[in-house]
Amino acid sequence: MSPVLLIFFVLAGLAVLGALSLVLQKHPIHSALSLIVVMVCLAGLYLLMGAEFVAAVQIIVYGGAIMVLFIFVIMLLNAGAEERTDFSKLAKIAGLPLALALTASIAAAVVKPDPGVPAVTQVVIPNATEKISSMLFNEFVYPFELTSFLILVAILGALVLAQREKK
Amino acid sequence: MVPTQYYLVLSAILFGLGAVAFVFKRNIITIFMSIELMLNAVNLAFVAFSQAFGKVEGQVFVLFVIVVAAAEAAVGLGIIILIQRNRQSLNIEKVNLLKL
Repeated sequence: MSPVLLIFFVLAGLAVLGALSLVLQKHPIHSALSLIVVMVCLAGLYLLMGAEFVAAVQIIVYGGAIMVLFIFVIMLLNAGAEERTDFSKLAKIAGLPLALALTASIAAAVVKPDPGVPAVTQVVIPNATEKISSMLFNEFVYPFELTSFLILVAILGALVLAQREKK
Repeated sequence: MVPTQYYLVLSAILFGLGAVAFVFKRNIITIFMSIELMLNAVNLAFVAFSQAFGKVEGQVFVLFVIVVAAAEAAVGLGIIILIQRNRQSLNIEKVNLLKL
């Protein structure tokens, strides 16, 4: 087994374990920490694929900003362990098989040998970051400007939501 | 190199786990986190395809997805704080205003 494949399996296993732990943990703060494990593992996989810029953004924005916001809110609200509520009988019996069927059907649809999709990842794209930046400011310049508008709207929305109590 | 299929299967597994968490969890914050997990799984598929085809468009889309996720987190967590303020609970069962 080549070292690259070994690193892939270690990171992939850790990511799946983290996601499982997100589902199984009772306390939201434990779920949040598991999600951080998943995100760091995904950043490692992006590095493995040669997408350095995406890996850095993943760590900075997802691991650094979004998850800190989540943990901040969990601590601010002093969220306790999850209250268990009874599922319906149908959910108890059919839930897990249906979830497995969903995963299997997604995997089957995605993995189906398509002549268009190369079977093996190519060698690392050279100068990927440079290409991303030039693409972002040429072909994708309108969507890129729209995202700044989206963030402005999100800031305004968060402000309105936060200030509603004082009339 | 690692076959593209491996990344795609991992992406499908993570997405499935995110969907399961979305349905089974009862805490609003955890449900919100499972949405982030699903977005991450999709990002992984985007980057895997980007590498497979040797084009960087997929990575540009990942950036847009991350921006949308950040905006969504800001607004969503504001809504969660409002829910906690109004209902004194983070249990999704207590948020049943639109339930028949």
